[in-house]
Amino acid sequence: MATVIGIVIIVFFIVRVLPGDAAIVRAGPYANEQKVAEIRQQYGLSDPIPVQFRDYISEVFTGNLGVSIRTNGDVTDELLQRLPASLELAFYAVVLAAIIGIPMGIIAAARRDSWVDRMARVFAVLGSSMALFWLGLLLIYFLFFKLRWFPGPIDRLAIGTEPPDSITGFFTIDAALHGDFGLMVEAFRYLALPVITLGFVLAAPILKMVRASMIDALESEHVRTARAIGVPYWQILFRDGFRNALLPVTTAIGIVFGYMLGGNVIVEFLFAWPGVGRYAYTAIQVNDLEALQGFVIVVGILYVGLNVVIDLVYAWIDPRIRLGKKVAA
Amino acid sequence: MSVLGPTSPDGGAQERVEGFIAPEIPGKAYQLPLWRRKPLLIIGLVILGIYVLLAVAGPFFVDDPRVTDPANFYQGPSSDNWFGTDKFGRDVFARAVHAARLDVTIGIVIALSSMVIGSAIGVVSGYFGGWVDEVMMRLTDVVMAFPGFVLALVLVAAIGNSVPNVVIAVSVAYIPYFIRLTRAQVLAERELEYVDGAKLAGNSPLRVAFRHVLPNSMGPSFVQAALVAGWAILTVAGLAFLGVGIRPPTAEWGVMVAEGAPDIITGQWWTALFPGGMIVLAAMAFQFIGDDMGAETL
Repeated sequence: MATVIGIVIIVFFIVRVLPGDAAIVRAGPYANEQKVAEIRQQYGLSDPIPVQFRDYISEVFTGNLGVSIRTNGDVTDELLQRLPASLELAFYAVVLAAIIGIPMGIIAAARRDSWVDRMARVFAVLGSSMALFWLGLLLIYFLFFKLRWFPGPIDRLAIGTEPPDSITGFFTIDAALHGDFGLMVEAFRYLALPVITLGFVLAAPILKMVRASMIDALESEHVRTARAIGVPYWQILFRDGFRNALLPVTTAIGIVFGYMLGGNVIVEFLFAWPGVGRYAYTAIQVNDLEALQGFVIVVGILYVGLNVVIDLVYAWIDPRIRLGKKVAA
Repeated sequence: MSVLGPTSPDGGAQERVEGFIAPEIPGKAYQLPLWRRKPLLIIGLVILGIYVLLAVAGPFFVDDPRVTDPANFYQGPSSDNWFGTDKFGRDVFARAVHAARLDVTIGIVIALSSMVIGSAIGVVSGYFGGWVDEVMMRLTDVVMAFPGFVLALVLVAAIGNSVPNVVIAVSVAYIPYFIRLTRAQVLAERELEYVDGAKLAGNSPLRVAFRHVLPNSMGPSFVQAALVAGWAILTVAGLAFLGVGIRPPTAEWGVMVAEGAPDIITGQWWTALFPGGMIVLAAMAFQFIGDDMGAETL
């Protein structure tokens, strides 16, 4: 909670207090003096900073993130409307990253310094130095333009296709719930390229974390004992190795999720994905500071919320925490 | 601990790790040539060397990046235009070479400035503790609660598009990493005996902190700086790709990718993929260096 308050305060300082006249930024490059004065009045920017701060805080904590200059719509509503699209993309990307990263990490740790391990390491370095937009463009060029395997970067579904009635906001799940499996496949096809782009980049940190913690676990004394008394190797790998590696892996997935909340601005822009990242992109283009500020606060809160969830998951998977003992972080 | 025992603060962990890889004869591991022990480091340094060469000397050998040639638009890669030409007939290779100077410089400047500021704050925070430490830790908590890219994005949007502003914004996003890293290192370092020695010799606390403890705590930060330089290049290019920070017609890799991106779906792949590839390769070089120097790569 303290962090949420901190986020809200920092955003206020960035948007209102930093040098650079907020009214001029809002008015845009072609505004005259009078227009700037008008906007200053309208947004209360001529009030003293403490007064502005009080107004801002009371607005934010009642869930009101202001009105977008571009659309004249309520920023909170607009963000909430776009959130499911972003979450669906994020969810599948993390799932893909885990599917790639976790087994590769386990194998790399089990066959340490073998060629598999070296390949995994090169993959990890590649992933962490990959530019999302470049990988996305490569995929668009080859898998869409050349091979036509996947649809182009348009939207969540083809223009004219009716999205499924919203239950969860995830098109794939909603379509399945309505029994419309053709539509579900269609939704997956549109998801494929952005998900692969994000998933590849996100697999790298998961892979590294799994490998490092697996190696720690496999070098421990209880694993040596288990091997000495003849427990099958695959059983050691999963019962002693992987279960002990789960905690750091959870952390890695959390970090990855947070990273994605930022990276998705690029991916959503590139694939014309109608999520919060694209909303932020459009807001930046027209200096819509209210909308941008709303986006940052939502991302910050999601990130903090995520960390809370991770702490809960910790408590669930780690008996030491579950039993109430303090464990040094 | 004997007189001959390990003197490094990590209790000689480094030596033990080296010994584990080639355990036969003590010392033999050190006789392997560097390129065998750390091949990625060498590859990274070579790539980086080429980039630095391009950045320093390249612009003198290629054409003006701004000169347009409307008759020659969208020519594919050829011996005249190695990377082809864009929609204004500008030579993509010339622009990419000029961009190398800007991007590599920005990446290194960001890494160094965030390292210097971050470790200065980190040593004060870690060595003196108290309320300064408390405030700093809360602050880094909050700053790190934002994904770095989002923080840089909103900072540039608020303070305005320009190269110095981008450098400031991206540095701010990375400073907390160095604060944390240095602080953790200083906490271990300040308990060692040479620190007591330095104090007893009459050095002022600030002098002990900055002249004795800090230099011994900088190792991990240098490694981290190599990684941050790579990430910074990615971040700056990513911002430019979104039209934030560095704007057209500046020859910058991210700007070039942004300008070339719409050409992809009409088949002119070279305008975006070449400069994008140069970004990734540069970032990779820094990753290789940092990774092989044993950085915490998260």
